[in-house]
Amino acid sequence: MSLTNDRIKQRLIEKFGEPVSGFEELYGLLSFEAPKEMNLKILQFLFDDDELKFRFLTDLCAVNYPDDKGRELAVVYHLHNLVDNIRLRFKVFTNVQEPDVFTASKLFSSANWMERETYDFFGVNFIGHPNLKRILNVDEMDYFPLRKEYPLEDQTRIDKDDAMFGRGGTIV
Amino acid sequence: MDVTTNNFPGKIHETPGGGVVLSKLDDVINWARSNSLWPLTFATSCCGIEMMSVASAKYDFSRFGFEVARATPRQADVIIIAGTIVNKMAPVLRRLYDQMADPKYVIAMGACAISGGPFFYNTYSVVKGADHVVPVDVYIPGCPPRPEALLHALITLQEKIKSGLTREQIKETSYLNP
Repeated sequence: MSLTNDRIKQRLIEKFGEPVSGFEELYGLLSFEAPKEMNLKILQFLFDDDELKFRFLTDLCAVNYPDDKGRELAVVYHLHNLVDNIRLRFKVFTNVQEPDVFTASKLFSSANWMERETYDFFGVNFIGHPNLKRILNVDEMDYFPLRKEYPLEDQTRIDKDDAMFGRGGTIV
Repeated sequence: MDVTTNNFPGKIHETPGGGVVLSKLDDVINWARSNSLWPLTFATSCCGIEMMSVASAKYDFSRFGFEVARATPRQADVIIIAGTIVNKMAPVLRRLYDQMADPKYVIAMGACAISGGPFFYNTYSVVKGADHVVPVDVYIPGCPPRPEALLHALITLQEKIKSGLTREQIKETSYLNP
């Protein structure tokens, strides 16, 4: 029988217990979170386990939740099991003062550039990354443009209000 | 007094001395330049698709002397900035422009190249108009402009070259102001 979301959840709870939490299924996609210190252990387990076999990193990105104090930045991993063709989403949260998360680039080579991109736009500091520098923006840029604390450039524009991008603005 | 003849593309100035020859040569050179402008293949976003369309059979800018699209700035006369210029691309564009041999001309095609564009204006990454980076000769509004608009811009550039360099000379001889 092929792998199901319930089975993945069961395996994770058997292995890690309490720390793995926040399970939900949005549009059939299993999603969960864990403390940021455990991200490599969980990714390695999902990779190595004979039943789970999540060996393809589809995407790695970050999300900024400025109002969620202590959990301002989320690093999101999208994994794919190519044998059973099933996907999952795994999040770790970090505070914005010390946005340190262990790098996944030793496990997935594709994480190298995606972590650089995430650093470029959100300033997540991936510990152990071999070459953590800006990849898409100019090297001279001195801020992280997708963090919501940085407003859009032209405050006189009314057709593109900051509120539409979750950055305050005049429309409430 | 200036005389314009039918079969010679220039003016014969009846002034004494070498001015006659110089004036004629300038016009001939400008005429020659304007009818053999080699564009650089440089497209940074969707306007590039329209530019390719103008290059291909349906619109065919080779009818006006633009057929030899070059992939190196050293052999190109005109750069058509077809698309958004982002901050990271700006030094590249400047370098390409600097590598082109004089005389060189620039066409800014579409809203992004003119002003940063209708979509990307209010961002951290886009240059608000290619004329912050290189001097522009002809602007084409549109998003993207129709191929006919690019043809019109190419012909306008030819008129500009043929009519000389100063604003007064352009006004004097432009087909817009007969």
